[in-house]
Amino acid sequence: MTPFGQAFAAIVAKDLRTELRTMRSLPAMVLFAVTTFVIFRFGLDRTALSGSLASGVIWTTLLFAAVLGINRIFLPEREEGGFDAFRLAPVDRPALFAAKAAVLFLYLAVLEVIVVPVFAVFFLQEWSGLAPMIVVLLLTNLGFAALGTLISSMAVNSRARDLLVPLLLLPLVVPLMIAATGATTHLLDAGGPSYDKFGTWLLVLGLYDGIFCLVGYAVFDFLLED
Amino acid sequence: MSGRGLGQLSIATALVLLAGFGLVFFWVPMDAIEGFRQKIFYLHVPLAIVALCGFMAGGVEGFRHLRSNDRRHDANSYVFIHISVVFGVATLITGMIWAKASWGHYWVWDEPTLVSFLIVFLLYCTYYPFRYAIEDRDRQARYASVFAITAGAFVPLNFMAVRMAESLIHPRVFATSQGGLPGSMLFTFLVCLVGVALLWVTLVKLELLGKQTSGQVSKLRRALEAEGFGKSEPTGTVGRRIAPNLEAR
Repeated sequence: MTPFGQAFAAIVAKDLRTELRTMRSLPAMVLFAVTTFVIFRFGLDRTALSGSLASGVIWTTLLFAAVLGINRIFLPEREEGGFDAFRLAPVDRPALFAAKAAVLFLYLAVLEVIVVPVFAVFFLQEWSGLAPMIVVLLLTNLGFAALGTLISSMAVNSRARDLLVPLLLLPLVVPLMIAATGATTHLLDAGGPSYDKFGTWLLVLGLYDGIFCLVGYAVFDFLLED
Repeated sequence: MSGRGLGQLSIATALVLLAGFGLVFFWVPMDAIEGFRQKIFYLHVPLAIVALCGFMAGGVEGFRHLRSNDRRHDANSYVFIHISVVFGVATLITGMIWAKASWGHYWVWDEPTLVSFLIVFLLYCTYYPFRYAIEDRDRQARYASVFAITAGAFVPLNFMAVRMAESLIHPRVFATSQGGLPGSMLFTFLVCLVGVALLWVTLVKLELLGKQTSGQVSKLRRALEAEGFGKSEPTGTVGRRIAPNLEAR
């Protein structure tokens, strides 16, 4: 294994182990999402959703749940000296970026595995659109992971950490949200899924992911210097 | 020294802008459908173009700052973004006036160009609180550059993504296949574009000169204090400024 791969694997394993032992992020994200569904259930006063309303509800909820996770992804590094240890270690700095993005991606995947079925039980009458939605979820997770890691590492060393993450992240993910809701809307139509413009939206998602993975990978070095 | 040539530049800016507005009001033909209110086009569109280019230039300067670790590039990046935000406010205001006259509403939500400009504008508004939240000067400059690069890459991407959710009341004068603008309008538009771009450059230079001067003043004041003058008075270091520091080191 290359040194990069070793560092990557070590950080991912460390983060997953910490999360399994402390349960700092994931339970909060899941609980938040489910509570938000309940609020939408009464706020919208509907028992069944479809089309653009359904995709709006699921994506808004996932976005805000993701913000909770993004806020905390670098917190242990800062509070318990992880950054210093990493700076001392003779490994490539982008390994930390890649590992944190991978961990965030996994968190989001677990979150969605739990929360999307809950959403379907709460609101959907037609379930056949959920299978193709997996592609949209995966691509959007990648975008969240890359951008979230970048923003979180920028915000974690500032005074107004919890405030800055949503402030910086929300405008940046608007295109991601447009593409994700655009792709999901017709999948959740009441009469079964249809694939109008589906490919185009996936292309936008892929392009967005690609660009921000590259940007994050390129600039992350400078966020670790001290 | 960024102050050199500022006088001539201001005069050139004023002349080109005056010439542009002269052409707009006395020479260029009335728009067949929109009539007189279309003339705001010659102000609104150049402002928007210059603001967006300024944002991206801020990203390029941020990149150069990270490459060279030279404070001047960070200052450039900051001032580029700052002036472009001001131009962004002007774009939104002129756009809303035009929209009210033309469409009957100040704001139309299903119009991609408006929405994408608003998103970019909101994103760059967070540049100030972000800078302010970081205490260490070097780190502040570095993080601000990272922000400028990320946001600069975001600008074209955002326009593309929002445009995919297409709707077409906003005029696309340059992209349409049936010819776009007639020659006289294009010429007037280009004169106005050059004028607004010159205005941007002038304001950037003025702002940079101001930063440099205040940096020198505080340096001199510190030197005086070190000599023992004016020690009893509270000095100008009250409160931190987010603008990059341009003192000579």
